[in-house]
Amino acid sequence: MSEQRVSYTLDSTLETVNSAEETASRIAAEAGFADEEIMKISMAVREAAVNAVLHGNAYDPGKKVTLNFERTPRDLVITIRDQGRGLDVSNIPDPLAPENLLKTSGRGIFIIRSFMDEVEINPSQSGTEIKLVKHVHG
Amino acid sequence: MKTSTRQVDGVTIVDLSGRITLGEGSVVLRDQVRELLSKGNKKILLNLGDVNYIDSSGIGELVSAFTTVRNQGGELKLLNLTKKVHDLLQITKLYTVFDVKDDEATAVKSFS
Repeated sequence: MSEQRVSYTLDSTLETVNSAEETASRIAAEAGFADEEIMKISMAVREAAVNAVLHGNAYDPGKKVTLNFERTPRDLVITIRDQGRGLDVSNIPDPLAPENLLKTSGRGIFIIRSFMDEVEINPSQSGTEIKLVKHVHG
Repeated sequence: MKTSTRQVDGVTIVDLSGRITLGEGSVVLRDQVRELLSKGNKKILLNLGDVNYIDSSGIGELVSAFTTVRNQGGELKLLNLTKKVHDLLQITKLYTVFDVKDDEATAVKSFS
């Protein structure tokens, strides 16, 4: 498999969230992942896109979401970047903690970490970048 | 997402189909549960047999529905989870929070 890279710059809307999910599903399928893996990848990307649109950019029409897909022989690497104030990584609650179990939000990053092989979250004052990696097996 | 309701032995069964996600199904679910509670329907069974996708917002809406109904003295249970929804509730440790059934008749009888 040759290396391939594609990048999108999207508005901070719900349509972007749906588009990111669909694109991830298509690219994961093209990369040869099995159906179960495609579902996990597209869901992780959806959750990251929700974070970027809703929490990072707060639906601000003046702020963009950047979505990158990079295929290598070993990995599918997906990067989602927003233009918000930067996620406070130290303040992400554990959704499995008993006191958080019945909270109505806070599960997005946990789902991302559960479904991807590697996750890096890089906040800065100009926004947050989250990098998701799924290893190609076989 | 689409919903329809029916009554079986005093229990309101909400048949949902489609996706429960941010901005779509989550709002429909929220509005449906609120409407049922406002009409005094406090025994609610959500039939998720045709829900093929749920995201974290949708899970949050299920949790919200559960606690809202419970806080009003009612019961909300889940029926017929698809594998995807089942697995998500498992990994988020919510599977044991909800009362999940896979048979409608049994589910209806289980309401107090």
